[in-house]
Amino acid sequence: MNAITASESTAQRILRHAVIPCLAFVLLLVVWDLLARFSGWSRQVFPGPLQVFMSLGELMLNGTLLQHTVASLFRVTAGFYLAVILGLPLGILLGRLRMARALLNPIIQFLRPISPLAWIPLSMLWFGIGDKPAVFLIFLSSFFPLVVSTTITVSAINPVFFQVAANFNFTRWEVITKIVIPAMIPGTITALRISVTIAWLVVVAAEMIAVQSGLGYLILDSRNALRMDYVMNGMIVIGLIGLLLDAIMRRLGRIESAGWYRNG
Amino acid sequence: MGHIVIQNVCQAYRNRRHHTREGDDPAIGYGDCIQVLDNVDLEFADGEMVCILGPSGCGKSTLLRIMAGFEPATGGTVSIDGKQVKRPGSDHIFVFQHNGLLPWMTVWENVGLGLRHMQAPQARAEKISEHIEMVELEGFEHHYPHQLSGGMQRRAELARALAVNPDILIMDEPFSGLDFLTHMKMREEVVNMHEFIGKTTIVVTHDIDDALIMGDRIVVMSERPARVKMNRTLDFSRPRDFQKDPALNKLRSEIFLMLGVAYAV
Ligand SMILES: Nc1ncnc2c1ncn2[C@@H]1O[C@H](COP(=O)(O)OP(=O)(O)OP(=O)(O)O)[C@@H](O)[C@H]1O
Ligand SMILES: [Mg+2]
Repeated sequence: MNAITASESTAQRILRHAVIPCLAFVLLLVVWDLLARFSGWSRQVFPGPLQVFMSLGELMLNGTLLQHTVASLFRVTAGFYLAVILGLPLGILLGRLRMARALLNPIIQFLRPISPLAWIPLSMLWFGIGDKPAVFLIFLSSFFPLVVSTTITVSAINPVFFQVAANFNFTRWEVITKIVIPAMIPGTITALRISVTIAWLVVVAAEMIAVQSGLGYLILDSRNALRMDYVMNGMIVIGLIGLLLDAIMRRLGRIESAGWYRNG
Repeated sequence: MGHIVIQNVCQAYRNRRHHTREGDDPAIGYGDCIQVLDNVDLEFADGEMVCILGPSGCGKSTLLRIMAGFEPATGGTVSIDGKQVKRPGSDHIFVFQHNGLLPWMTVWENVGLGLRHMQAPQARAEKISEHIEMVELEGFEHHYPHQLSGGMQRRAELARALAVNPDILIMDEPFSGLDFLTHMKMREEVVNMHEFIGKTTIVVTHDIDDALIMGDRIVVMSERPARVKMNRTLDFSRPRDFQKDPALNKLRSEIFLMLGVAYAV
């Protein structure tokens, strides 16, 4: 906690963290309602908040929403974990070995700016229909950012730490576990936070093409049925889960920051 | 044992250029190079306290890094007890100028770094706490480096170095950035430590008085490229006080002059 927030009273804190954000949402609902009433579009095309919340209840009660949410979350989790498991070790390798960097960096830099969406046709050909192509797209979307930022984090570690390690006869393995991994934690948490957001963006797009479930599919399918209220339900849940994922990642960062680098 | 012989050590760094030019030194490769150490020849006896002085940027830290095995010299050799130094190792420990403690480890874990391979946990714990006590950091075992003051950090690093029982301690400006009183106390501690364990200790310092009070031997380096300008053993009794000892005071003025400051008191 910094000096400014420390001097804030509890009432001010509640105001800043709860009351004002809630007011903003109320304002959003009012604007939405007014736009829906007076835009001139029909209720079918531009449903108002009340209508959308009614159908949200409906989708929640009959289980559709839960089923699609679980499907999306499963794909994000699978693709994201895969990216973490492969991307972080590769990033450490590239950050530590200049030769590996010279070999692989050009390829990574070339592949990285290709949007995951451009991989849709190939991934469908390779993996068919179902979870696999979607998981593959999510993997791609998080893998490259994770590799690149891990490489940067690891290669920026203070060289003094490696000299200390050499001075105390650390083995290569000890250098990784006792120097590299602890030193890269703060940077890596930021990278994870950014890439999980990207993964969540991509899952929705991926589900519009390859699968018959998930929030992306819900949106596409509802559009085909001309149920714009369902489309909006899908959007709302996507937004809420995005908030949740970010909050989880932030919490992860806070647990770590109780440790050594809080003031470092 | 810690008998050190430094023979004809030269060091040059090159400012990278991507083509060769006439006059490039083939030993260093191509590019303009800056010569930092020029044929440094020194010999330190086992157990000696050596203080190295020299103008800023002359190459003192460079010489220490070569002695520690952190970087190879472009010419010459450093050997410890007849064995050439090729890489860092726990028999010659480098104490860093700034932030040499690992910030993600507590004082306890940092001091235990060199004792990782001790089999008996009991003996290991005893050895760690013994060294923490030696530098008077009891009660701070579970603090992280950022929770310690600058002086406490230096003491913790000293404890970490001593815990592996090295033959040689290499210290780069161990007192820089400390306030006056902490500087004095830390200096006293290093002198006591040296008297107590008798390890070869090499200290680079900017403070001529540090060198006069601590050193069994004083080495003064020239401007870059650094050559040995003075290499003298001091056999003044301790505790030393240059205000009372005219010979010591004379040496002090001599060194001031050598470093380009006319000092007349
Ligand atoms: N890795 C390097 N590459 C190129 N030049 C270097 C490198 N390391 C040191 N130098 C140069 O070598 C010279 C000596 O540096 P060094 O750090 O040894 O000086 P120093 O005597 O310790 O100075 P100070 O008293 O200020 O600490 C400097 O001019 C510096 O620019
Ligand atoms: Mg220096």
